[in-house]
Amino acid sequence: MARSTVREDAVLEDVAGYSHAVIAYTDRTGHPVNVAANFRTDPARGVIVLDAPQIPEQPSIGSEVNVTFSHIRPYPGVGYDQRRYVSVWGTISAANGTLEVQPSRTHGWDEDRMSFFELCERSVPTAHEYMRKVSAERGETVKPTLSLGWLFFLATRVPFLTATFVPVLLGAVVARAEGFSAWWLMLLALLGGSAIHLGLNVANDVSDATSGADEANVNPTMFSGGSRVIQYGLVSLKAMRTTSAVCYAIGIAIGLYLTVVSGPHLLWIGAAGLFLSIFYTAPPLRLVHRGLGEICVALGFGPIMVLGTYYVIAEQLSWEAFYASLPVAILIMLVLYVNQIPDRPADERAGKRTIVVRLPKSAIVTGFAGSVVATYALIVIGAITGLMPAWTLIALATIPLALQVHRGISSHYESPYELMGAMGKNIQLHLFTGLALIVGYVAEIAI
Amino acid sequence: MANLPEPIAELLNAALVSELTVLDGKGRPVTYPLIPLYDGENIYMTSSVLFSKKLEHIKRDPRVSVTITDPIAAQVEPFRRATIQGMARIVEDDLHSGWERVMPLWTAKEPIIKDLIKKRFAMPLFWERSVIEIVPTRAFLWVTGETSQSPEVFELGAAA
Repeated sequence: MARSTVREDAVLEDVAGYSHAVIAYTDRTGHPVNVAANFRTDPARGVIVLDAPQIPEQPSIGSEVNVTFSHIRPYPGVGYDQRRYVSVWGTISAANGTLEVQPSRTHGWDEDRMSFFELCERSVPTAHEYMRKVSAERGETVKPTLSLGWLFFLATRVPFLTATFVPVLLGAVVARAEGFSAWWLMLLALLGGSAIHLGLNVANDVSDATSGADEANVNPTMFSGGSRVIQYGLVSLKAMRTTSAVCYAIGIAIGLYLTVVSGPHLLWIGAAGLFLSIFYTAPPLRLVHRGLGEICVALGFGPIMVLGTYYVIAEQLSWEAFYASLPVAILIMLVLYVNQIPDRPADERAGKRTIVVRLPKSAIVTGFAGSVVATYALIVIGAITGLMPAWTLIALATIPLALQVHRGISSHYESPYELMGAMGKNIQLHLFTGLALIVGYVAEIAI
Repeated sequence: MANLPEPIAELLNAALVSELTVLDGKGRPVTYPLIPLYDGENIYMTSSVLFSKKLEHIKRDPRVSVTITDPIAAQVEPFRRATIQGMARIVEDDLHSGWERVMPLWTAKEPIIKDLIKKRFAMPLFWERSVIEIVPTRAFLWVTGETSQSPEVFELGAAA
């Protein structure tokens, strides 16, 4: 995978700004020597002109040398920025008391052209190749390791469970506001929903690993591009499949128990959720590859989870619970929608035709704005019509957060790492708006 | 074997970046910017498996050269430049944590490493690392930093 950021056709321009060069060559014993030298470029002749350094063994004229230009700005105790270097190779010649090199090969990295994180991602095959060689040297498998806890945390993407907690708690407080209460059933619903959610996360990674989407993605962020545990060699595909199956099995078992306890309608709600969860990535439907991922996520983490929890507790269905689920459904849909923005080049290469792959930036940004307006409109209409308590209007307090996300995706659409701030705020938008709705119901219950 | 002279030791201890030159499979020089660590006897560098080509080169041919050239990345008064030739070996008994033996030297230069290592789960392959241990055999010192002037040369003896 290409890692060099040096412009082959403009290498002299690339090196012109450096303060000095380092010439590297071999001495008469074949030992490498490297030494600083002042330099200038001669673009007309396509050569780098170096002041000959005084050192006992000079480079032999006519030999191939390496000339490296390096710049870094250190912040002692903190780190670095402005990291960049250019290395060129060429035959050295002498002219008018100076040395000249005409670059024939180049390599280098400039963090302004390729982030360090992208450089690392592009270097993953090198790491695997090296560990294979070390394994062969030692006669035992050498692979990267993390503690089991961290592996589970990474592989299942536990922090995304807020997407499950919000609708389950919302379904519970809607039921409580209508006089129904069964907290232990709510906890079981939370556990079952979480298990299905984690199973889905892992299954999604398996799907993106087998399709090549995650491997092609050299700009993953903490919110997008999958967990990377398969790509990094931390967890095998087989172990991921097993983890996903175990999570689903736990979720299904809890769902069946709740069906027995609460009533048969839960079977249909649960079956719908399971269908969407499995065929979100699984063939033949692979709904996320068809641009239907957002709808699946909205339904699964909106009406299905809210109504499912409500039904478990109240043993009946309710239009009010369905209506209350719509704002969080739209907002969780927007989490996927925005998180897929940086993934779109890799997704497109892997044939994963998500909405952000299909539509231009202007339509995606407008779509975000429209969806947010619809979310707050639903809250206001719900409060006015009595479908939701008036207290839920406190959820409008998250409007500034929505505006920040909108500004973020408008400004940083093409820059995965700059977009991370907006992706984080977008997840907060779902979480805080959902929690505000829950608080609104709790206030209605308490006051 | 003689240790490096004090002006070079001071430069090594101050340098946040040096250039390490190794020989590739065809005997051609390849240069990598790396942070040098010095324990008073040997020079140490660490390399992630992500950037492991240099490790393969050193395993094939242990002859290396390290130079410290950048006045911004090596702030000593007065500024000077040095080149140290040596023999390197790769220490990687435990890629996951074996390199932590050089942590005291590394964190003395980059205290932030202590915080970054706590988040190693975020970049697990970056923290699978080997140590490059370099035994200096010869050194050149340009006391004014001007390499157009003749250096002081220090023969330190052959590596064991």
